[in-house]
Amino acid sequence: MDKKINQFNMLIVGTGGQGQLTLLQVLAEAALSEGYEIRTSELHGLSQRGGQVEVHLRFGKKIYSPLVLPQKADLILGLEMQEALRACPYANSKTKFLVNEKIIPIPLVKNLTKKEILKNLKKISENIILVPASEICKKELGKEIVAGIYLISFGAFGGAIALKPSSILDSIKKIIPAKYLKLNLQAFELARAKFSQF
Amino acid sequence: MEKILLNKPGKKIILLGNEAIVRGALEAGVDFVSTYPGTPASEIGDTFYKVKSQKSKVKNTFYFEYSVNEKVALEAGIGASFSGLKTLIAMKHFGLNVSLEALGPFVHTGTKGATVIVGADDPSCHSSAQWEENTRAISYLTHIPTLEPSDPQECKDFVKLGFQISEKFKIPVMIRTTTRVAHQRAPVVLGKIQGSKLKVQGKFIKDPKKFITMPPRVLEMKKELFEKIEKIKEFSEKSKINKLLRPATKKQIGIITSGISYLYVMEALQELNLKLPVLKLGFFYPLPEKKIQNFIRGLKKVLVVEELEPYLEKEVERLAKNVNPKIEILGKNLIAKVGELKPKEVILSIAKMTNSKFEVQDSKLKVPRFKIPKRFPQLCPGCPYWLVFGAIKKAVDPKKVVFGGDIGCYMLAGLPPHFLQDYLSCMGSSIGIAHGIKKATGQKLIAFLGDSTFFHAGIPALINTVFNKSNPLIIIMNNQTTAMTGHQPHPGAPAKPDGLKIENVIKGLGIKNVKVIDPINQKEFVKTVKEFLKKKEVSVIIAQRPCIWIKK
Repeated sequence: MDKKINQFNMLIVGTGGQGQLTLLQVLAEAALSEGYEIRTSELHGLSQRGGQVEVHLRFGKKIYSPLVLPQKADLILGLEMQEALRACPYANSKTKFLVNEKIIPIPLVKNLTKKEILKNLKKISENIILVPASEICKKELGKEIVAGIYLISFGAFGGAIALKPSSILDSIKKIIPAKYLKLNLQAFELARAKFSQF
Repeated sequence: MEKILLNKPGKKIILLGNEAIVRGALEAGVDFVSTYPGTPASEIGDTFYKVKSQKSKVKNTFYFEYSVNEKVALEAGIGASFSGLKTLIAMKHFGLNVSLEALGPFVHTGTKGATVIVGADDPSCHSSAQWEENTRAISYLTHIPTLEPSDPQECKDFVKLGFQISEKFKIPVMIRTTTRVAHQRAPVVLGKIQGSKLKVQGKFIKDPKKFITMPPRVLEMKKELFEKIEKIKEFSEKSKINKLLRPATKKQIGIITSGISYLYVMEALQELNLKLPVLKLGFFYPLPEKKIQNFIRGLKKVLVVEELEPYLEKEVERLAKNVNPKIEILGKNLIAKVGELKPKEVILSIAKMTNSKFEVQDSKLKVPRFKIPKRFPQLCPGCPYWLVFGAIKKAVDPKKVVFGGDIGCYMLAGLPPHFLQDYLSCMGSSIGIAHGIKKATGQKLIAFLGDSTFFHAGIPALINTVFNKSNPLIIIMNNQTTAMTGHQPHPGAPAKPDGLKIENVIKGLGIKNVKVIDPINQKEFVKTVKEFLKKKEVSVIIAQRPCIWIKK
């Protein structure tokens, strides 16, 4: 009954401190529960302090490399718009971009505008989904930090991530520390509600 | 975190490479662990630390410490091994260099309690400012048997095997990881956690013939070491971790690889839909020479896929002379020597060697031309270092002062908007090099140094400025933690309060110009910088304000 995909390649991009590593763990755990092979790659240390952060997640029947090949991403999950555009060497014309409608300014230089970014993203792929995740989470839950959990939940409900929402939910319960679990579950439910209106 | 202690043999859980190393050590029944943090090895110590601070059955079955530096960590480990304990020491590549003076003799004396040393390399210098190091050279230099895992499962398995080899041959064993192994997550099949002992207890039994490396005995030891290596080579020849994959194919082309490169090779073969024989080496030192010779005997071409310098390739060239002198050996002519390997590069090199086609470029795709400004790492908002750098700019004209950088978050001084860094080298070197510049030029100089770095390697350099009389201004960026690598404790900031006071250490050295200032007091800070820069002897400002991420 289960339709197993052959291979799913995704990147999560954003800036340091947006919770990429937690999202990786949640997604990896969910993929494991669905019986896939998984490999992820992440970076730690100083370069991650507010700098650009790119983590990789691959799952499927047979996965060797932890890194996604250029132009092979099925999904680029952008927690920040400029960083989503920066990841475009990994995209092809079918790649889905699921992007948080948020710009974290790069200090002291001219930043790209939302309009410029969107225009360029559309040149690469037709599948651009822009979601004001940070804004929604801030407004509804008072905390922006769960925007990532909101986005992956949103992606699972909408089919952009080839994992079942129920697997993501179970995985959130497993991975997120008890102290923050309630907030993260709220973000998941918020995505479910928003998606039903989408 | 709890899952790492899960005692359900056969169960599959997702672990980070570094966590899998910890799990492997726990399954092997490790007694003693020492480390100094450094990316990409930090999570090894941090995971042991968390295991120690949580309630569990395993908690008291081993001793753990963050040592002051890697040399001291290794020396502590050597002492534990000499006392019969099963010991693990973890560090990054540069740390291994720091410990090298102790490592050489230790390989000669050999172990009493089985010992595994983890050395983590960082190709592409993702989190290593100094230089792109290939620790394999240390395997040759010291003759330490060295295993190279590809993924978390192998991290766990190789640590256990490392302990077995160490136990059998009485020699320390190194596990060499790289960033993409240490920071890779993948499912790992659990084994049983050993360690039911209630108390860690070793015993040092006097044995001067074993533990004292002095001539002429040390030269006998060297002979014994080479004899051991010959035996380990035989072990390596038979070991399953040197894995031969020989699919049914008539192609006389093969690939030799190891570590993370192996995963890229397998990915490439899958991507290119090719079947080629592959020899995957788990041992880097000593190499299974006969196995390699047997592998290349019937081949026309062999590609050696390895990151950084061509250590394996040179060995294959040497080994081919006797068995297949006409074989074409490819490697660094197709694969870069600088920077980490990427799967695409491996695919292209295999495609080239086999005349296969591989189109990476999506022909329909119009890659738009645009420039996204680079996002440099930043000091956190509210970081006390903003205050220090701000005060420096108020106190002096940066063009007229030389600024020495060191290893820690404050090396961001080199990036915009600060630009307060004129040299950067290694741990403690801001002071060491400052002394040399001062002696050579007499120019005004301010050297930055972190608190953990001060204890690690700053103290001898500071003493040198006193002993050999130079007058740099040293600013110790005391944020009361080892912030950059993940907020590990250090002698000045232990887990429980009352650490060593840096000012007491400095006063103890006879340095008179020393002031502890919270940089929030900008006026005082600026005034002191101006005043201290005029001093004829070395002066020290301790900029004291905790990292925003720690509770004080």
